[in-house]
Amino acid sequence: MKRQNLQLDEQGQLRHFLSVEGLSRAMLVDILDRAETFTGVASRAVKKVPLLRGKTIINLFFESSTRTRTTFELAAKRLSADVLNINIATSATSKGESLLDTLHNLEAMHCDMFVVRHNQSGAAPFIAAHVAPHISVINAGDGSHAHPTQGMLDMFTIRQVKGDFHRLKVAIVGDILHSRVARSQIHALTTLGVDELRVVGPKTLIPDSVTSLGVHICHDLHSGLKDVDVVIMLRLQRERMLGAFLPSEHEYFQLYGLTEEKLAYAAADAIVLHPGPINRGVEIDSRVADGKQSVILQQVSNGIAVRMAIMSMVLGRQGESQEVKR
Amino acid sequence: MRIVIRGGRIIDPANKLDVTGDVCIADGVITAVGAGPDDFHADHVINAHDMVVCPGFIDLAVHLREPGQEHKGTIASETLAAAAGGVTTVCIPPDSDPVIDSPAVVELIRQRNDATGSAHVAMLGAMTKELKGAEITEMHALKQAGCVGISNGMAAVQNSLVLRRAMEYAASYDLKTFLVPEDAHLANGGCVHEGAISIRMGLPGIPECAESIAVGRDLLLVEQTGVAAHFCRLSSGRAMNMVARARHDGLPVSADVAAHQLHLTEMDLVGFNGNCHVRPPLRSQRDRQILLEGLQRGIFSAVCSDHQPHESSAKLLPFAETQPGISGLETLLALTLRAGAEAGMPLMDVLALLTSGPAEVLGIARGCLTVGAVADVCVFREQETWLLTPEHMHSKGKNTPFMHWELRGKVQHTVLAGRPVYTAPGVAS
Repeated sequence: MKRQNLQLDEQGQLRHFLSVEGLSRAMLVDILDRAETFTGVASRAVKKVPLLRGKTIINLFFESSTRTRTTFELAAKRLSADVLNINIATSATSKGESLLDTLHNLEAMHCDMFVVRHNQSGAAPFIAAHVAPHISVINAGDGSHAHPTQGMLDMFTIRQVKGDFHRLKVAIVGDILHSRVARSQIHALTTLGVDELRVVGPKTLIPDSVTSLGVHICHDLHSGLKDVDVVIMLRLQRERMLGAFLPSEHEYFQLYGLTEEKLAYAAADAIVLHPGPINRGVEIDSRVADGKQSVILQQVSNGIAVRMAIMSMVLGRQGESQEVKR
Repeated sequence: MRIVIRGGRIIDPANKLDVTGDVCIADGVITAVGAGPDDFHADHVINAHDMVVCPGFIDLAVHLREPGQEHKGTIASETLAAAAGGVTTVCIPPDSDPVIDSPAVVELIRQRNDATGSAHVAMLGAMTKELKGAEITEMHALKQAGCVGISNGMAAVQNSLVLRRAMEYAASYDLKTFLVPEDAHLANGGCVHEGAISIRMGLPGIPECAESIAVGRDLLLVEQTGVAAHFCRLSSGRAMNMVARARHDGLPVSADVAAHQLHLTEMDLVGFNGNCHVRPPLRSQRDRQILLEGLQRGIFSAVCSDHQPHESSAKLLPFAETQPGISGLETLLALTLRAGAEAGMPLMDVLALLTSGPAEVLGIARGCLTVGAVADVCVFREQETWLLTPEHMHSKGKNTPFMHWELRGKVQHTVLAGRPVYTAPGVAS
């Protein structure tokens, strides 16, 4: 039982941010509201608030990433924290044992937060369970398990355009099986209470057990997109062709690639999200990705505000947060 | 040495015996059960009042880790853990390092056990050389050397032709095959049961059909070749029912189940608890229910511990990178009693799963209190509750999801071939 509440402290405040699963609706709304207060920071002459001055944040990336790492770095810097980036290429098992050693070494440098990306599902909760008690952990993507800051920035973007979640029909299209982003989105959307949530793709990428997460399954894009207000496209990894999940990119694009014609199945004012990086011509056509219904670039800039919100909530727990509320 | 175990409730499933009385032991064998001769002069008395006296347990799946992985366990440490769990015979799979694929390795293990062990060791020889699933071993020589059966360990032979040949060859010399059914392609590098939990946690799943398809193939080859086969550690309810049907139809097959499969399910993985990483994986609640029913219906010949001790760092990793397995010898009795109680079974039938049942699977004359039999005896308190703690455990591996569970049923004395090898702390001997 204790493990499940790993990310909350005794007062029910965020101690780590590991997964959207298990967080209350009020907590998610709190994150979104907090992020709202940070959206103005980027347009100021001095793009900084002093909330985390004197704090040290380590971006600990066991898996390469440019976009996520950069937005975390910017978010931390805009909160006036000191940031250190550490990239540790790791092989699947042989170097695993050094993971705890690595952590203990970094702990000795008196830092306050680890932002962790790792190729293994559950790596972030594992690290959170084993770090020194004064360190907080933010999950920047662990295996296929969770990518909660991405999930929250997507929620932020949806709320920005659509307002309330309750009347929304949402479709997530693509490789649900392997996607940590999809898992975090699904938990967030069901917790925030959307009207309907569909996942769209072939059975190889959408096992039946997905319904246990509270979603409906569609195997064809037409019925999947019918009347939806939000379309979330997932990135398709090339290696899915090797694992016999899919026959070819060509057939995938024919069936599930989002084109202007297919987007017309959705509501006229539907928006299109994609966590990036985009495979143009594989899961999404350029005219849609760059079209007026696309909010893909908005997602990226929102990513900084949402990450600022989460970092400041986690590190600013003891009364340091009043400044933000104003 | 002459021992009398006095005043206990004697339960001997092999002889359908349930009486209160004495068990007399002299020169390593049982000399009297029930009412002992008046003139029996014991030089060691074990008081068994309010305790159960039964044959020492036989565990069908124990990794001793020696030779090859002594940092995880040694013959000395793990057979002592066996003794503490009331287990007097451990059946070891061939996947030690070196693999048990030649008489020399059999002899090596036997010598080390003679020197340092606290349990009998029954060995399964390798079915294929180095367990690679390509070339069959000198099975006849392995049998001559003392192996009680052949197995390919956890590495189920994927090539059906090789398996057919291995079964035919084994059948020629009345060797039983011990099969851990898994279709490696379907398992596809997974680490948990494929279902609601794997999808929630984003962990690669092993579908239930990875086991049942392998069982289906193996059963057809058993029928084809006429070999006797034992299915080890079934985790799937469907696979269990397939074996039960085949057995009903007259095929020479049997099966066992690991104790943890009767208590834990995929739900226990929530929170990425590496101690719940086992192979085959913890299955669904429905599978657990079917396995329990199978236990009650007598489909399983035995409950085993599937003992796999690990050093602590083997579990201090992100879930998929942890090494699978539970250190299970010392919880075997308590977990089996608990499962038996949940299935509504009489104590006699429950103890048969640890004594006469596995003895029959291995074809050995143990697991009974027959006069003249080797005096392997376990004395335990059925109702005593105790807390499992690391300090409590004799195994080098403290890796168990049952840590800090309150368990019921505690071993007090273990006698191996007429020699006391374990007495619980605080018990006057």
